[in-house]
Amino acid sequence: MEHYMMNLTLKVWKQKNSTTKGSFETYPVKDISSEMSFLEMFDVLNEQLIRDGKDPIAFDHDCREGICGMCSMYINGRAHGPWTKNTTCQLHMRAFKDGDTIVVEPWRASAFPVIKDLMVDRTAFDRIIQAGGYISVNTGNAVDANAIPIDKKDADDAFMAAACIGCGACVATCKNSSAMLFVSAKVSQLALLPQGEPERESRVLNMVAQMDKEGFGNCTNTYACEAECPKGISVSNIARMNREYLKAGLSTED
Amino acid sequence: MSLDSKIPQGEMDKKWTDYKGHVKLVNPANKRKLEVIVVGTGLAGASAAAALGELGYKVKAFCFQDSPRRAHSIAAQGGINAAKNYQNDGDSVFRLFYDTVKGGDYRAREANVHRLAEVSAAIIDQCVAQGVPFAREYGGLLSNRSFGGTQVQRTFYAAGQTGQQLLLGAYSALERQVALGNVTQYSRHEMLDVVMIDGKTRGIIARDLVSGKLERHFGHAVLLCTGGYGNVFYLSTNAMGSNVTAAWKAHKKGAFFGNPCFTQIHPTCIPVSGDHQSKLTLMSESLRNDGRIWVPKAKDDKRKAVDIPEEERDYYLERRYPAFGNLVPRDVASRAAKERCDEGYGVGTTKMAVYLDFADAIKRYGKIEAGKQGNHSPDDATVISLGKAVVEEKYGNLFEMYEKITGENPYEMPMRIYPAVHYTMGGLWVDYELQTTVPGLYALGEANFSDHGANRLGASALMQGLADGYFVIPYTLGNYLADEIATKSIPITHPAFEETERAVSERINKLMSIQGNQTVESFHKRLGKIMWDKCGMARNAKGLQEAITEIQQLKKEFWSDVKIPGEINEMNPELDKAGRVADFIELGELMCLDALNRNESCGGHFREESQTEDGEAKRDDANYSYVAAWEYKNESDWQLVKEPLNFEIVKPTQRSYK
Repeated sequence: MEHYMMNLTLKVWKQKNSTTKGSFETYPVKDISSEMSFLEMFDVLNEQLIRDGKDPIAFDHDCREGICGMCSMYINGRAHGPWTKNTTCQLHMRAFKDGDTIVVEPWRASAFPVIKDLMVDRTAFDRIIQAGGYISVNTGNAVDANAIPIDKKDADDAFMAAACIGCGACVATCKNSSAMLFVSAKVSQLALLPQGEPERESRVLNMVAQMDKEGFGNCTNTYACEAECPKGISVSNIARMNREYLKAGLSTED
Repeated sequence: MSLDSKIPQGEMDKKWTDYKGHVKLVNPANKRKLEVIVVGTGLAGASAAAALGELGYKVKAFCFQDSPRRAHSIAAQGGINAAKNYQNDGDSVFRLFYDTVKGGDYRAREANVHRLAEVSAAIIDQCVAQGVPFAREYGGLLSNRSFGGTQVQRTFYAAGQTGQQLLLGAYSALERQVALGNVTQYSRHEMLDVVMIDGKTRGIIARDLVSGKLERHFGHAVLLCTGGYGNVFYLSTNAMGSNVTAAWKAHKKGAFFGNPCFTQIHPTCIPVSGDHQSKLTLMSESLRNDGRIWVPKAKDDKRKAVDIPEEERDYYLERRYPAFGNLVPRDVASRAAKERCDEGYGVGTTKMAVYLDFADAIKRYGKIEAGKQGNHSPDDATVISLGKAVVEEKYGNLFEMYEKITGENPYEMPMRIYPAVHYTMGGLWVDYELQTTVPGLYALGEANFSDHGANRLGASALMQGLADGYFVIPYTLGNYLADEIATKSIPITHPAFEETERAVSERINKLMSIQGNQTVESFHKRLGKIMWDKCGMARNAKGLQEAITEIQQLKKEFWSDVKIPGEINEMNPELDKAGRVADFIELGELMCLDALNRNESCGGHFREESQTEDGEAKRDDANYSYVAAWEYKNESDWQLVKEPLNFEIVKPTQRSYK
């Protein structure tokens, strides 16, 4: 790839902490290489801010290879920026050109309060998993791994659902701040596997109840979540969860 | 002080069974009164916290990320080994044990490695029961693939996301224990010191990274599951937050550090593109199943890879190591790539890269697929299109990752790769029970030194992390806690907690008060360059001595000129990073000291003074068949304590993959 240099204007959300109000600040950034990653561009900016005695921009990031789900920037009106099936840390500057203005905000959802600048609190996702996103099997209880053959298609579909990285882009993208894609991915993974069978009904009921309690909105089938999901998690998982939920609701006596 | 590794008596293959049969137990009522702190929630930490919670201990689990699910185990790609022998290709517990000891170049402790091989099969069973979606064959049974340093197929995988799936399995088990009230979770917290009372570990000082406040936590025992320290090199495949701080604090409180210089440089990573680079990305070893590594036969060949004819390519691994070919262990493959590039055969703009080429695999798979469809004389386009689909199913996410970073399509042109720091075999010294030299302080997973010797085989890190957490610590910890049942919870107002917190607080104040001119990042980069140049893929006495002097100088400069913005009592990522870099600087010095002391080559540790005529690593068993355990005495002052390695079963020989 041929690389090029660019100068940009960044408009970034700055907010001291969860109790204060935030606002956009404008930063010029110079001499950015098209080979840099988006977060490396932020590194360059932060180094400059620190040297100038200013407050650097706080943002979440860790693995920088698109798998941990920690990075979470809303870039020019899109979760994780302009590339599809991509995380912020995998976005590279060749997506932009000299002179561009880039607007960067945190995930916006009442269930994801801002901690500082571009960092948000996503512990609601942990609590949804605690409500039932597991199979109750204590260590040492397992039978031989090949004792239960699993249809390859079911195993593959379960894997596709399990690829969710829990970043919250689906929530940030949804106009209702719905967490249906996240929750349905876990419900689907475990509903597709025979190991998940014993807790199949209580799982979906409890996880959905917790999701509602956390203040996530409803799904109105815009499919924006699927379009912006960095791992391409399919909305067919939401349809499956709705079926699971309905079935569980009908067959549960209590 | 001499070291007691507490290896049980008896035959190698009976030790663990005998140990389990005679270990002390803690009854359920007493377990409820015993508190355990687990630091780190990767595969080792999450599995340990979950397993101990299941047993009924009161567990506190800490991680610096915003959720336990983000620990860097998540990024492991290729797979996890287990001696299941599902392929009927001659695998066994003994083979896995043997391969691991040999792969580690005879610098691991046999008894620990044998136990690892013994519990490996149960790990796969446990993960499948949790709903981990491993790859399967059409018959519904589990699929396997090959990894380096072995001649059997024992690696279980979930596309190129095996670490993710295993960690999410362990995370779900952990969250279940949180829901049941057995585990309390502390995310966005960082451990900053160990609290000692009467010679025993009794808790930690942690910092809430959101509020910046220091907290005291009591525990009857503390488990460090905090991963490796590859980020001492600045550029590595580790996550940005991966650090040595917890292990280093433990070291300064008396835990010996084992074989600190043993670093794994992974052969297949995306090369550095410029000075702005913040981290490096691995391309899984599983790609070497199907990819062929080569460079042009001519120096400085400017043609595109596809324009270089077959006879003008040097498949140097296949040439030098015909028995293992592209699947030689990582240390061997890395050095071979460095050798070609140093000689001037490298490719790409920087000339510090080699090709990893899938063209042959695409053709081979394409022909097989066409055959399955009854087409026995397919045209080239059909073959290539069918072959690409097979390669995509196997490695799709890796190819995508490569294209996102480089902007090049690896289905059309070979990947360019170069070795990068990936894993650290060294770590806190532990005995057979995973206890450090400090009573009540344990180290699990990559944070300890014990199982991989001087070189780790691919797909063995996931195995070790989960073995330690699910199947080893639940037994060995009980052996210690059985004698602690009379110890009541110690109030955190105890003077030892106060004193330790004060020391932590003073250090933070000192860092913040410097207000110099250089950023934390700039110091980290300089440290990384010293380490990579002088304690990297090749090391020599002169370079290491220079490095020690340079690091000591860098340390002085850091503590007099670092510039940290913001306040203490708030979210301040630069302050977090400053504490970590300060610890990396001290560790860097110890790594160079260890590398200097070990005047032999073994595994990933290559001393230029000690090589065979054809450039292979030359061990010196007469003088260095030991674990180098370092005791911290004072600033820049360590005492070397040796744990001799006795090989009862696998007799050390010159490791050959030819």
